[in-house]
Amino acid sequence: MDCKKLISRLLTVVFLVFLSTFVTCAQHTEHNPDEITTQEAEIDTLLKQDHDQKDKEFDLSAFILHHVGDDYSFHVAGKTYVWLPVIIYDGNGFDVFSSKELHFPDQTTHLTRGKYYYHHGKLTIPELDEHGHVKMDEDGDPIGKTEAKLTNMASPNVFFNFSITKNVFGLFLSMLVMFLIFISVARAYKKRGTDVAPRGLQNAMEALIVFVKVEIAEPFIGKEKTPKFLPYLLTVFFFIWINNMLGLIPIFPGSANVSGNIAFTFTLAFLSLCLVFIFGRKHFWSHIFWYPGVPVPVKLLLAVLEFLGVFTKPFSLMIRLFANITAGHIIIMSIIGITFITQNYIVGGVTSVFSVVMFVLELLVAAIQAYIFTLLTAQMIGAAVEEPHHDHAKGEAAHH
Amino acid sequence: MSNLMGTLLEASYGPLGAGIGAGLVAIGAGIGVGLIGAKAAEGIARQPEALNEIRGTAIILAAFVEGVALFAAVICFLAMGK
Repeated sequence: MDCKKLISRLLTVVFLVFLSTFVTCAQHTEHNPDEITTQEAEIDTLLKQDHDQKDKEFDLSAFILHHVGDDYSFHVAGKTYVWLPVIIYDGNGFDVFSSKELHFPDQTTHLTRGKYYYHHGKLTIPELDEHGHVKMDEDGDPIGKTEAKLTNMASPNVFFNFSITKNVFGLFLSMLVMFLIFISVARAYKKRGTDVAPRGLQNAMEALIVFVKVEIAEPFIGKEKTPKFLPYLLTVFFFIWINNMLGLIPIFPGSANVSGNIAFTFTLAFLSLCLVFIFGRKHFWSHIFWYPGVPVPVKLLLAVLEFLGVFTKPFSLMIRLFANITAGHIIIMSIIGITFITQNYIVGGVTSVFSVVMFVLELLVAAIQAYIFTLLTAQMIGAAVEEPHHDHAKGEAAHH
Repeated sequence: MSNLMGTLLEASYGPLGAGIGAGLVAIGAGIGVGLIGAKAAEGIARQPEALNEIRGTAIILAAFVEGVALFAAVICFLAMGK
């Protein structure tokens, strides 16, 4: 027994030392210019130009924001990148090229393919002056066509960006993972039938699916109506969970911060809101616009509040998921970043341990956030599809 | 000394506000989640058979508190850049 304990402790120590060497190795390569060959040095200067690093000081907040945000390429380690395709539609036709060309633009004009200007993570099609230089406004932003957004879509001065960015790649990856898991589980049920005890992956997924059905859907939506909404709830649950966990993988296939992207969480919350609007019953709307059993002035006041409540619920869903996941990523990055600020071996070891602890906590948060999102969606849908009760007081008690 | 004063007066108060705000957020969320945890533990001690229901409710309520806290944290983050 003691021997086992000793071995496990030894293994832990070895593992920690192993981890801290990673961090210290990273320090070494960062600050040992002798080892860099000329070609690498060239790439280095280009990259430095690209990121506009005037001082060599490590800028932690820029580093964190860069990794939390979306990007055209995956930064794996050091000078290793995974380049993703950039797809632009500028009204005349599609332009498809590798994001590597964005990072290494033409030396004299600083343009990619003669027209695209990439600066501070922003892609533009700038206007050029007579010397072939990019025209800038007083803020230092290039003048010309910018990326289309919801607010300026109709303007002629935009181009449409359909690039496979990190987040888009992350979405495709989680889609693939979900297809692989659920097709294999569905096949297992088809092959062996539903009467036999589940095995392997099928067993694991059955436990989770039954959990979503019994613990999340049925208490809020009711047994009869659950089958109608269960597919959506299951999709949301597993999609968020898998995306959260893929985001925690620090290297290439994961590392995209998909569920920490406000557009992603907005879409999911918007779909939940759509379900409320599509399936909302008369009983639900009457409770919002003309609350029964209270005087008329109170009815009017409640109508305003309850109508706002319809929108604030999905809004808080959106913010909660976005903020939780982004905050988790920022905390892990900050802890790791302390090493690069202090540049100390001991601190490297300590922060390694800390980041492992934070990763474990984030695994828990990944599951809890998927659970909360699904549960609150079920609650919203449940309130919307509720049938009127004969015993009113009882019905009120049931859904509060 | 006057140099220091000049720097102080010219500096943006955004980061200061963000820092104070983040501290207040932490206090508020701490009180909220603490109360939920205390009452949940009390409830479980009184009625151990209701463990699962209390735990589920506590997690949801904690998520509500945390949601507001994170909302404020995001605003602090935005204020920092100003």
